[in-house]
Amino acid sequence: MADLKTNFAGIESPNPFWLASGPPTNTYGQVAKAFDAGWGGAVWKTIGDPIINVFSRYGSVDLGATRMMGFNNIELISDRPIADNLKEIAEVKRNYPKHAVIASLMVESKREAWHEMVKQTQDTGADGIELNFGCPHGMSERGMGSAVGQVPDYTCQIVEWVKEVATIPVIVKLTPNVTDVTYIARAAVKGGADALSLINTINSIVSVDLDTFAPAPSVGGKSSHGGYCGPAVKPIALHLVSAVAKDPQVKIPISGIGGISTWRDAAEFIALGAGSLQVCTAVMHYGFRIVEDLIDGLSNWMDERGHRTLSDVRGRALPNVTKWEELDLNYHLLAHIDQDKCIKCELCWTACEDGAHQAIRRLERGDGGRGTGGPVVEIIEEACVGCNLCAAVCPVQGCITMEPVPNDFAPVTWKEYAAGKGKLAPRSEQFHTATWSKSR
Amino acid sequence: MPDLSDAQLERNFADIAPALTPDYALLEANKCLFCHDAPCTIACPTHIDVPAFIKKIATGNLRGSARVILEANPFGHSCARACPVEVLCEGACVLNDRDEQPIKIALLQRHATDHVLERKLKLFEAGQATGKKVAIVGAGPAGLACARDLRRRGHAVTVFEAKPQPGGLNTYGIAEYKLKADVALAEVQDILDLGVTLKLGVTVESLEPLLQEYDAIFVGVGLGTTKGLGIPGEDLDGVVDALTFIEHLKTHPYQQTRVGKRVLVIGAGNTAIDAVTQAKRLGAEESTIVYRRGEADMPCYDYEYELAKRDGCAFRFHALPKRIVGNGRVEGLEVEAPDKSRETIPCDMVIIAIGQGARTDLAWPQDDPRVFVGGDCANGGAEIVNAAAEGVAAAKQIHQRLTHG
Repeated sequence: MADLKTNFAGIESPNPFWLASGPPTNTYGQVAKAFDAGWGGAVWKTIGDPIINVFSRYGSVDLGATRMMGFNNIELISDRPIADNLKEIAEVKRNYPKHAVIASLMVESKREAWHEMVKQTQDTGADGIELNFGCPHGMSERGMGSAVGQVPDYTCQIVEWVKEVATIPVIVKLTPNVTDVTYIARAAVKGGADALSLINTINSIVSVDLDTFAPAPSVGGKSSHGGYCGPAVKPIALHLVSAVAKDPQVKIPISGIGGISTWRDAAEFIALGAGSLQVCTAVMHYGFRIVEDLIDGLSNWMDERGHRTLSDVRGRALPNVTKWEELDLNYHLLAHIDQDKCIKCELCWTACEDGAHQAIRRLERGDGGRGTGGPVVEIIEEACVGCNLCAAVCPVQGCITMEPVPNDFAPVTWKEYAAGKGKLAPRSEQFHTATWSKSR
Repeated sequence: MPDLSDAQLERNFADIAPALTPDYALLEANKCLFCHDAPCTIACPTHIDVPAFIKKIATGNLRGSARVILEANPFGHSCARACPVEVLCEGACVLNDRDEQPIKIALLQRHATDHVLERKLKLFEAGQATGKKVAIVGAGPAGLACARDLRRRGHAVTVFEAKPQPGGLNTYGIAEYKLKADVALAEVQDILDLGVTLKLGVTVESLEPLLQEYDAIFVGVGLGTTKGLGIPGEDLDGVVDALTFIEHLKTHPYQQTRVGKRVLVIGAGNTAIDAVTQAKRLGAEESTIVYRRGEADMPCYDYEYELAKRDGCAFRFHALPKRIVGNGRVEGLEVEAPDKSRETIPCDMVIIAIGQGARTDLAWPQDDPRVFVGGDCANGGAEIVNAAAEGVAAAKQIHQRLTHG
């Protein structure tokens, strides 16, 4: 059985699955229940001067019949007194000494305020502190949250203040609402951060009610931009995690956050460099119980692949994330249709014809529409640019596959080619013209 | 003998509920709402955590999915094929209340368990040896479910089985189009591989000697032979009891099982349906249920009735069998209507399916704390899943007794 024990910047937990700071980590009862269910750690809902929330706080995006593909919120940080939160953190830590308990903090940008908050937090026995420099809604209007995390100097300054008194690891939670997250990450490192976590939520308006013209989530007909999360944001998070993980000026542990719902998502974050994982939306949808399959699925996959510990997996995909100019221009692919599997929907033809490279030929339906006639689509090999679109739209697993086409040419990158080095293998682009389309 | 070609017979006995394609399984798994305190789980006698195993299919964790199933139910493979899910998990699915088809739980269960069976993945291990010995009488689902959970807890297990093959009715008695003997035997082998000693062809006539040698005994001997009608003519050639007919079909090439052109099946329970449909599928021109009471009184499940109708089987209600007529060979069945009028229905085969009697050849003490009982011989005859649940429960009780006195 794979060993999932995690040591993240000195914070130990039985597994890498932590609850992200948010509604599921608001109280002792929730966090204790989560630990009983198997969660390895929890980042407490952000503590600061108690706020007052609005009614109606969450907005949801469905994709067809799939509920909550994306999710946003305009909820603020904890509305509970600081003392209550700290007392419960101390209690959780006392009762669950082997689990990671991390306090998320957000106070006004004053040195004394941060010093006071950090000292009080450390008295609870918490394992670490996460600085919430990420929330894009509400608190940012008051100069906190992403208002700090969007400015490298502010980020660095507050991390410095915190580190002046911190005796436990300090994690800086980054906002994705910036042009280049690595600048903020470097500022946090400069300030002395022990680790980073990302991504916080993305600025969003999830929908507009077409009867009332009220954006969601509606507060008496009005709304405000909120933080977007859930499965929809995973690709953005994967990119930003990899960008920070690859940055030679960062080099500190990264806690991956953003749309993690399954063990597969988790494994991908780890492969791109995450040392621990934080989950919120999936728990808000399905409850703490999902951790069982996160652990079981990850362990089974690691066992099958012969990975014994998380460090065997961590960062394994990072060397494969490169600049575009370093990709091999002589690596050629051709779409292949398994006609035995084809159900003759012609979605690949439509997509290729209208949306891509006109490289699929439509054949007559020999049977008048249904049943046993021959193939209805075939790849025009000399026109196919191996773009993946047909395979992406095909509703049958394994029906359209992208097959490598070997050639005798050595690999050549754009960087080399633009510098006059290397030769391009013959390719199909010459067919990719309006004239070609018409003349077929 | 059947008049059908081998190819036609293969088609007739192909799986009635074929495996899902990976695409379909993924689509179906993602339809599951992942209910809390799920009605499907409550409805299952072994309380498989259905939403958990379906969620694992959705995440591609098929090994984990199968483990959830088999942890609760050692006969998860055969139950996926033969369970009356319409009245259990699928009947309880909340989607029924949204006027939709329920999640195809049985087929998803098959998807996950086939994955491990085909790859021969071993999900369970024997526990550390405790030095305790348990005898199990009967290698049906109850006995072997009990055996598996006792082995996982480290107790030595010896199973005594009168038949030449293990598996009980899973091997010998489930309709061929639902569960084939090779699947049943592969599932059994998985349990035996945990280190169960199996003694085949051994009929246990008394528990006394076993009580001398073993720390506990589990009795899962099933029911006795099919009850007789007690009417003249039952000894005629061409009269057979349903279980003998089905067992022959399941243990021989299809061509070797004798079937008439006009078959009458007496009885209207689920076994009667299995008999009437399989006679039809073997090539009977007419295959008819003869039942002494009315349509609404039939003890078989509704969907079994529908299946028989779809197979082209006929039904004679309010027909009380009085006499099987024939000269050496069966030629007809004389039945009596409620108005006492009589009629002889011509036929060349009569299959009797009016239920099995209790075992009369083995007695077990009711008050010996070392003796545990489960499966058909305890519940009077129920489903595989009930037998499995009782075997699992007995293993827990036996373990309690062996470890805590």
